[in-house]
Amino acid sequence: MMPIILFYIFAVILLLSAVMVVISRNSVHAALFLVLAFCNASGLFLIAGAEFLAILLIAIYAGAVMILFLFIVMTMQTNLVQLKEGMQHYLPVGFCIAIVLVVELIIVAINWHIDPNVAEAARQPLLQNMSNTKALGSLIYTNYIFLFQMAGLVLLVAMIGAIVLTLRKRPTNRRQVVARQHMREPNQTLEMRSVELNKGVDDLGGYLRPKETYYGIAQEDSFGPKPGDKMDITEKRQEREQSK
Amino acid sequence: MEHFFLHTMVGSIILIVLKVLAVLVPLLIGVAYLTWIERKVLAAIMLRKGPNVVGPFGLLQPFADAVKMIFKETIIPAKANRVLFFIAPILGFSLSMLAWAVIPANDGWAVANLNIGILYLLAISSVSIYATLLAGWGSNSKYALLGAMRAAAQMISYELAMGLVIASVLLLVGSANLNDIVLAQRHVWFFLPMFPMFIIFFISCLAETNRPPFDFAVGESELVAGFFAEYSSMAFGLFFLAEYGNMILMSAIISILFLGGWLPPLDYVPFTWIPGPFWLIIKILICLFCFIWVRSAFPRYRYDQLMRLGWKVFLPFTLAWVVLTAGFMMATGIGIYGGAA
Repeated sequence: MMPIILFYIFAVILLLSAVMVVISRNSVHAALFLVLAFCNASGLFLIAGAEFLAILLIAIYAGAVMILFLFIVMTMQTNLVQLKEGMQHYLPVGFCIAIVLVVELIIVAINWHIDPNVAEAARQPLLQNMSNTKALGSLIYTNYIFLFQMAGLVLLVAMIGAIVLTLRKRPTNRRQVVARQHMREPNQTLEMRSVELNKGVDDLGGYLRPKETYYGIAQEDSFGPKPGDKMDITEKRQEREQSK
Repeated sequence: MEHFFLHTMVGSIILIVLKVLAVLVPLLIGVAYLTWIERKVLAAIMLRKGPNVVGPFGLLQPFADAVKMIFKETIIPAKANRVLFFIAPILGFSLSMLAWAVIPANDGWAVANLNIGILYLLAISSVSIYATLLAGWGSNSKYALLGAMRAAAQMISYELAMGLVIASVLLLVGSANLNDIVLAQRHVWFFLPMFPMFIIFFISCLAETNRPPFDFAVGESELVAGFFAEYSSMAFGLFFLAEYGNMILMSAIISILFLGGWLPPLDYVPFTWIPGPFWLIIKILICLFCFIWVRSAFPRYRYDQLMRLGWKVFLPFTLAWVVLTAGFMMATGIGIYGGAA
């Protein structure tokens, strides 16, 4: 009795939150409803006795994938008016794809029949007295090792693709060379200057500055002063005053 | 009596509630006194006295703080998302308590003796990032959002290293049950053969709980108080409790994975007189002392250094260690299929 009640509670919340993912206007809310859906799906797994899958679903989908998703959604400008601008333009294309998908689904649904022996087939991989972590492990790593490796390769390619797309040289990057930072000592980079009273540091260049060698830290192709750059403050100050 | 608790519906529910209380009440008292211990230890390191006014040795200070916190006004920012704003601290607190269900205090003494206990802990710790993210986004403030972003990125990065460290321990034990992990350390505690992993796990725990020197999420000099900048009263109190609860939890996990859980250091008479739970508490206290010690001894890391450490140092090293452990076990036949050490 208890599992049936739990099943309906989880299933109803799962379906409701899945619907909310689609219809909620705020994309952060949509993502959070998806997380709720995952949690309820893992509840369903638990009822089915698949505790390993349940925990994995939470740890990977809710705990890693969706957090990266939320990360992007939270920092994104989500202007609904702007999003709807292209609506009319894309509507026919989207509609065509939707029709194709619906027709395909209908074809599949018509030809669908459930194998009468499905219950036995589903029980097969689970040996008796074997925890389902071990059962899954031996199944994946013995029977389906090549498919498993293939899936891994597909993910690897996707990951490399994402990295290639985002890895480019930006002039504003300030890359750190950690080894050089560790080699640095205070007397290499800082200069102590004694300044006369009421005179300021104007004739020393106008400011207390790091030593020349400090500029060697900035990497080639990156933002910031280059080795040998002259930092002439008086010119800059004149410019600023003229602009005022 | 026994029949009532074990074989009737009402009795078993009462039994579960009692078990939960037996874990939560000492835990909450522990959290309260951890704040006192932290202030005393920090004070000792900085040559101060620390709290010493309320009660003898300031022992009633945590209660004074709690009363103060409860009677503060609850302030909700005008444009905050009210639902998320209040769900976040509740989620954070309840997740940090929920994880304790699988921590065994002695042989078989856990509320739930799960076969996949360690994975359950991983899942809980990865879900608890939501508390931070929701708090940051829900309070509709730049500081909070930036703090939450930093916290989430940091926790995800270090979870990978933690997962691999746990994987290498699981390889040795051959089971994901916390009880089995402790029992596998009867002859030698895992921090000896796995010393580098022990250190990496400790550092990852610091990052995972947002403790100094990795406390970017609350970096007060840049972000005021980070993700809970907008919180006051008991909502803030819940975050506070969650943080300290998580510290104790992480110390417990370190003790169980590497320091032999409830096992005494040597299996001889003077040590075996002390019962198991006390050994676990002693080990947890040692870890907590290290947490506090690190806080006062090290300056805050730079954010890019943190990311570099997580992705470019810990991740490859732990991955190599997993392969090494597996290779060593294959070559020598030690510990394969659960016959650990």
